[in-house]
Amino acid sequence: MRYSIRHTTVYSYQSEVSASHHVARLSPRHCPGQVCLEHSLEIYPVPTHRETRRDYFGNESVFFSLESPYRQLTVTSLTLVELQQGQEELGWATAPWEQVRGQLNLAHPHSDEGRALEFTFGSPLVPLHPAFADYARPSFEPGRPLLEAACDLMRRIFSDFSFDPSATTIATPTLEVLRKKRGVCQDFAQVQIACLRSLGLAARYVSGYIETVPPPGKVKLVGADASHAWVSVYCPGLGWVDMDPTNNTLPRGRHITVAWGRDFSDVSPLRGVFVGSGAHELKVAVDVNAVD
Amino acid sequence: MLPAPSLTDRSPWYDETTEDGRLRAHWEALSTLLQNSSGEELSARRELVRRQLEELGVTYNVYSDTQGMDRPWGLDLFPFVIPQSEWEQLERGLRQRTRLFNAILNDVYGPRHLVGEGLLPAALVHANPSFLRPCDGVLPAHGFPLNLHATNLARREDGTWCVLSYRTQAPSGLGYALANRIVLSHAMPDEFRIAQVQRLASFFMGMRDSLRALAPAGTDAPSIALLTPGPFNETYFEHSFLARYLGFALVEGGDLVIRDHHVFIKTLEGLRPVDILLRRVDDAFCDPLEFKADSHLGVPGLLNAVRSGHVALVNSLGCTWLESPALQRYMPAFCRRLLGEELLLPAVKTWWCGDASDREHVLANFDSLVIKRSFGASRGPHHFASRLTPEAKEALLADIAFNPTEYVAQERVSLSRIPTCDGESTPARPVVLRGFTCAGPDGIRVLPGGLTRVSTSTHGLIVSMQGGGMSKDTWVLSDGPVSNVSLLRPATRVIRLERAPAEVPSRVADNLFWLGRYAERLEDISRLLRCMLNRLTTESGTEETPELAAMVQLMVRLELFPEAFLERRSLAGIERECVQIVFHAHRLGTIREVHSRLQGLAFSLRDRFSADTQRILSKLQGGIRPLDTTSPANHALEVLNHIVLHLAAFSGMEMENMTRGHAWRFLDMGRRLERSINIITLLQNGLQLRGNDNGVALVPILEIADSVMTYRRRYFGQPQWPTVTDLLIADDSNPRSFAFQVASMLEHVQRLPGARSANPAANREQRLLQSVKKMLSQLDLADLCEGEKDPSADPLPATLGRLAEDMRHISDGITQRFFAHTPVKPS
Repeated sequence: MRYSIRHTTVYSYQSEVSASHHVARLSPRHCPGQVCLEHSLEIYPVPTHRETRRDYFGNESVFFSLESPYRQLTVTSLTLVELQQGQEELGWATAPWEQVRGQLNLAHPHSDEGRALEFTFGSPLVPLHPAFADYARPSFEPGRPLLEAACDLMRRIFSDFSFDPSATTIATPTLEVLRKKRGVCQDFAQVQIACLRSLGLAARYVSGYIETVPPPGKVKLVGADASHAWVSVYCPGLGWVDMDPTNNTLPRGRHITVAWGRDFSDVSPLRGVFVGSGAHELKVAVDVNAVD
Repeated sequence: MLPAPSLTDRSPWYDETTEDGRLRAHWEALSTLLQNSSGEELSARRELVRRQLEELGVTYNVYSDTQGMDRPWGLDLFPFVIPQSEWEQLERGLRQRTRLFNAILNDVYGPRHLVGEGLLPAALVHANPSFLRPCDGVLPAHGFPLNLHATNLARREDGTWCVLSYRTQAPSGLGYALANRIVLSHAMPDEFRIAQVQRLASFFMGMRDSLRALAPAGTDAPSIALLTPGPFNETYFEHSFLARYLGFALVEGGDLVIRDHHVFIKTLEGLRPVDILLRRVDDAFCDPLEFKADSHLGVPGLLNAVRSGHVALVNSLGCTWLESPALQRYMPAFCRRLLGEELLLPAVKTWWCGDASDREHVLANFDSLVIKRSFGASRGPHHFASRLTPEAKEALLADIAFNPTEYVAQERVSLSRIPTCDGESTPARPVVLRGFTCAGPDGIRVLPGGLTRVSTSTHGLIVSMQGGGMSKDTWVLSDGPVSNVSLLRPATRVIRLERAPAEVPSRVADNLFWLGRYAERLEDISRLLRCMLNRLTTESGTEETPELAAMVQLMVRLELFPEAFLERRSLAGIERECVQIVFHAHRLGTIREVHSRLQGLAFSLRDRFSADTQRILSKLQGGIRPLDTTSPANHALEVLNHIVLHLAAFSGMEMENMTRGHAWRFLDMGRRLERSINIITLLQNGLQLRGNDNGVALVPILEIADSVMTYRRRYFGQPQWPTVTDLLIADDSNPRSFAFQVASMLEHVQRLPGARSANPAANREQRLLQSVKKMLSQLDLADLCEGEKDPSADPLPATLGRLAEDMRHISDGITQRFFAHTPVKPS
C-alpha cells in the first residue's frame, strides 16, 4: 500500500521575527516494511541556511535558519511512502521477560541487544519510577513471554486511559499522566515506555502518521489527520516490535514511521527558537491518503 | 601565631602544620613571622583583608541568602602552604589527569572504544543525562575538548593526596584564587616575599595564549568573549573579574547572535565576530535549539556554529558528562588503556551500584560510606549513610534496589586540618584544595596554587562555599628565587592590564543609560529631601514657615507626599514622612528603592568601571542604612549628604576617568535626560504655586536645582520667577539648566552610531533636540516678565509642557533605536 502525506505547519507572528533557527524531523525512515519513495520539505520564506544531517538515532534532521525579518513561516512536508502489507506473523514464543532483561545487560555493547540497552534508562520526558513498575506488574507475571506481557500492558493502557486532548500538554509529566489516566497518543506511548523501562526492558518512542478512516458514509475531512506516536519494544530474536497503545494494535500497514528516539524530546517534528517579541499562532494540518 | 604543637596521640586526621609535636619545615618561616606579630597587628591585617575584598568587589551569591546579591567573600589570614617538592608530585598527577580526561572525552563522543572493549559500562554513558547526544561526533579539531578544569583535592590521614571530585563544564574558583592572592599578598607582604611563593600571573598569561591557540584556523587576531549567565549567578564576580583581567569581552546569551554559522556580539555599531567563547553557562543551557528549549542563557544555533568549526568553545559542549563520580572507579583502567600509564593521582575509593559486585560491597558496608547520585551533582544531597534516620535509610536502600545505576558510594575521607585565624583563637578546620589546569595544543599548565576552602565547622565533613565556607590563599613555595614576571601589582593596576574591547553590547548601553538616569534621580530626590529636612532640623524648624508650606505642596505635586498633607499636617508628621522617603525599601521612588535599582545596574556593569569607581559605589551603598536613633531626621540628613557627596564623586570619576566612547555617552545621556526632565517637572509644579505664595518656593527650587550660588552672583535680592526661569531653563552656561542638558545631549546624539546616516528615522532625536534648542533661544526674558504681570498671557506653562513632551519622545526614540531587545523565545 502506498500513502501520500502532506504535513503543513504555519507559524504566524504578531510582530516581525528578526531571525530564527529550526530543526525539522519530518522525513520518513527507511525501515523493515517501509520504503520512502519520495520526500520533499518546502520552507517559505526560503531559509538563509539549510542543511540535512542524521541525528544520533539516525533520523534525518533538517536544520534551517532564517536571518531576514518575516511574519509568517510555512513548512510543508510532502511524502510518498510504501508500506509492505501483511508483515509476517510475529512469533509469539518470545523469551520470558526477566530473561530478556538479563540478556540486554550482558550483551556485547555493539550487538543489537547491547545497543537496545540504551533504551532501558530514564530519559528527559520518561523518568523511571516504581509507580510505573507497579502499574505494569499485573501484565508481567513471572516467566511470561515478553511480547505477550507487553501486548497485555498495551491493552490495559488502551482500556484504562481515556483519549482527552484537553487533559494534557506537551509539558505534562508522564507520572501525572499515569495518575490522571487521560491524554493523547504521546502520553500513552510515554506511559507504556516508562512502564517497560521501569521493569528493565528496552522501549523506544516512535513518531509518525496513521491513516484515519472516516465513519461509514462520511467524507474524510481535509487536514483531519494528525501526527501520531507509538511504542517499540525490543524482543531478542524479533528485533524492535511496534505497538500502538492508543489504538491497541500492533501496527501493520497503516503506520508510517518518521523518527524514533528515547521520547518525544528526541523526535519533535519541528523545533525552533525565534528572536522577536510578539506572540505567535501555530496551525498544523496533516493529510494521509492511500494511493492506489 | 600558629597553635602550639599538641603532644596528644596521633589524631584521626592529618595535621597540616605539625608532625609528632613539631612544626613541619615548610611552615617555619611563616610561623616565625606570625609569632612576632601582636594580636593587634593580626586584627589590623584581618581588617585590611576584609576592606580590600570589599573594595575589589569580591562577592559570592548564595541563593538562599537574604544578603542575596552581594555576600562578601570570606578569606582567612593564614595561607595554605605547600612545599615545592610535594607540589611537583601533585602537579604531575593533575597534568596526567588532564591528558586522560581529554582522551576519554575524545573516545566517548567519538568511537567509544572504552565501551566496546568493556572498560566503560554503557550505562554510565547512556543513563547519564549529561551525555549530550547532539554532541556525538562533534569534537574540536585541535583535539582538546576539555581546556579548563578544576579538581577538588583532599589529604588523607596518612598525608597522601586524593581526588574528591572535579568540575569540567564551568569550573569556578580561578577568579577567586586570583583575588585571594592579590589581597593576601598585600596583607602579608613580608611573609609573602620571604616565603618565596610561586606567582600566579604567568599561569594566567599562559592561559590566555592557550585559549588564543584554540581559534578556528585562519583567524589572525582571535576575539575572545566570556559568556556569563548574568549577575544573578553565584560566581558572577569572577566572571567579570576574569574577563577584565584577561581582556575578554563579558557577554550574556542575549548579547550573542548566530549568523551564517558564526557567532557575533550585538553592539551599538553592529555585529562583531567572536572566535572563542569561554563559557560559564552550563552545557544544557547553551543552545535552546538542541538542548533545553526553555533556556534563556544560551544562543540558539550555537552547536551548529561549533559543528561548522567557526567558533571554539571552552570547554566543548558535553564535557559535564565527565563529572559523574561513578567514573572515578574506572579511571585507573582508562588510564592504562588510553595513555598506557598507571594513574598517578588516586581518587577517593568509589563503588558504582550498577555493578553487581560493587553493589554487594556497598550494601555490606553501607553505614561507613557516603552515598551519592551517579549523575548530576545537583540531583540530591550526599548521604552519610551512618547519619540517616531508619526511615530515610530504608527509602534510600529501596531506591538503590529499584535503580542501582543512579547511585555510587564513596569512602569517607577524614579531611586534613589547618589553623584559621578567628581573631582570638586559631581553630584547626578541615580543608579542601581546588586545583586548576589549562590544556591546549601548546601544552598543559597547572596553576601553582589554587582555591583552598575550609569548612566553617571544626568537624565538618563537607566543605562548600554555598554552605557558608571560608577560603584561603594557597602558597606553593619555591626552592629557588621566584621569577618576577608578575602581573600582581596593586589591584587597581592589575585590572587595567588589558584594554577592554571597544564595542558596547546593546544591553550594556541600555544599562548604562538607566544607570545615568537613576544616579541623577537619586541625586534629585536627595536634594529635595535635604532641602526639607534642613528646614526642619535647624532652629527655624520649630514652626511652619511659608517656605516649608510651599515645599510641602511641591512634594505632594511631585507625588512624594500623600495628598493628606495638603489638609492636615504637623512638623513631626512632615519629618516622619521625609525619613520614610529616605529609608522605606518597598515604596516606589524612595531613596532606598531608587538606590537599589542603581546598585543592581552598577552590579551588572561592574566590569565597565574602574576599581576606584567601584569603591565609590560600594561606599555609597554602605552609607544608606536606617539607624535606630533618637533623631532619625538628623541621621536621614547625614545619609542625604553622604549620597549627594558620593554621587558627585561618581560623576567626577565618570567625567575624568571614562574614555569618551559610546559607553560613556549612554551613561551621560541618561543623566542629562533625567536632569532635564526633573528641571521641567520641578518648574511646572512650582509654577502652579506661583499665584498664592509670592515666590517663596523659589529659594527651595534654586536649592534643589543646585543653582543658589549662581543666582546670587548674577541677580541680587529676592529670587523672581522670570530670572529663575531664565537661569534654570534658557541659560546654557549653567550646567544645571535645561538648555545645558539639551546642548550636551545633542552633542552625544550627533556622535552615536548611524548619526550620519541618510535615513531620516535614524536622525529623529537629533532633529527634535535641534528644534528644542531653537525654541530655547527664542525664549524671551521680557515675555516672561510680562507673564509675571498677567498669568493668563504667560507663555511659560505651555512652553514647559511642550519641552516635557519632546524629552519623552527623545527618550522613547533612543530606547527603540538602540536597546530594542528582541528576546529569544522557543516556538
